[in-house]
Amino acid sequence: MAKFKKKTNTSNEIPTAALPDIIFMLLFFFMVTTVMRETDIMVKQQLPRATQLSKLERKSLVSYIYIGEPKKPELYGTEPKIQVNDVFVDVDDIILFVNQEKDKLSEAERDQITMSMKVDIDAKMGLVSDVQQELREANARKLLYSSIQRIDR
Amino acid sequence: MAKGNRPTSEVNSGSMADIAFLLLIFFLVTTTIANDKGIAMLLPPKPDPNQPPPEVTKNDRNIFKILANSQDRLLVEDEPLEDVGELKEMVKTFVLNFGKPGEEGIAIYNSMPPNVKNYINANGRRPDYSDDPTEAVVSFKADRGTSYELFVQVLDEINAAYNEVYGERVGITAQEFLQLDRKDPDQDKMYDRARQGIPRAISIAEPNKASGG
Repeated sequence: MAKFKKKTNTSNEIPTAALPDIIFMLLFFFMVTTVMRETDIMVKQQLPRATQLSKLERKSLVSYIYIGEPKKPELYGTEPKIQVNDVFVDVDDIILFVNQEKDKLSEAERDQITMSMKVDIDAKMGLVSDVQQELREANARKLLYSSIQRIDR
Repeated sequence: MAKGNRPTSEVNSGSMADIAFLLLIFFLVTTTIANDKGIAMLLPPKPDPNQPPPEVTKNDRNIFKILANSQDRLLVEDEPLEDVGELKEMVKTFVLNFGKPGEEGIAIYNSMPPNVKNYINANGRRPDYSDDPTEAVVSFKADRGTSYELFVQVLDEINAAYNEVYGERVGITAQEFLQLDRKDPDQDKMYDRARQGIPRAISIAEPNKASGG
């Protein structure tokens, strides 16, 4: 059994010289993937959970509509409101907003504009369907009900 | 000028890892991985004011009706339903019913793999469900007072049923079907084969103006 008791001369320390490099690699990954939020969301956003999700193909074609209860009820009340960019808007202003967003895109891509609806779960369908009617009117028919993957099942 | 007396001119890099860690943790905390996922839908085109709305000529059995009221209660095919989770199976049976298939319907039935055929023969052929998948329409009408949460849940169930039908037709799961990349010609072909003849006919009706119980 002497074979197994052989002493090894190799040092059993892990070389840590490459540790900073590894950490830097991770650091760069997160630096690159981080997107600083440019709009301040002023409504509550608890997105619904769903299972059948599809990914957005192209980010540049997407515009966001936020719907939910305002975060500052003392200023804006407790009724759910619609937010686009950085401001609250009325239902009637949606067409204007869609046209503004379409102007940012090139001629060929205007029909492919996708509206991502980020709606709080406590919002009522009345407001949501009003917005949908306006979107139909504005001819922005591609819609995405933004939701989170549900894990169960 | 003895060179050897000078202190070493190397910068101490031992704490480099610590600095990098600090930055790493900062970015880790501030990162929000973009969760731009959701249920995709295509709205119908805006109604033409010069034309009257098209009349519904479909047979009543070809329309699967789901109603939701302002108390978030569901009425499915004129019967109340408590558990939203049951909807998927109901919609699936409804679409894959083949009660009175037309020519196209028979062709679709023949294109199905054996396990789906077994499913149809075991659960389908009901006289009150759809004639064949080309005819089937799922209609969902919510009230103005219905919560968005329920709306998304129901929409999710309907989509799940359709995705399962598509997936099973080509022998993959619903999730795999959703992840098919249409830029890849092989997967695109698979997608087309799954979708061929079975439209994802989901009709979202406008809610009533009045918000009754």
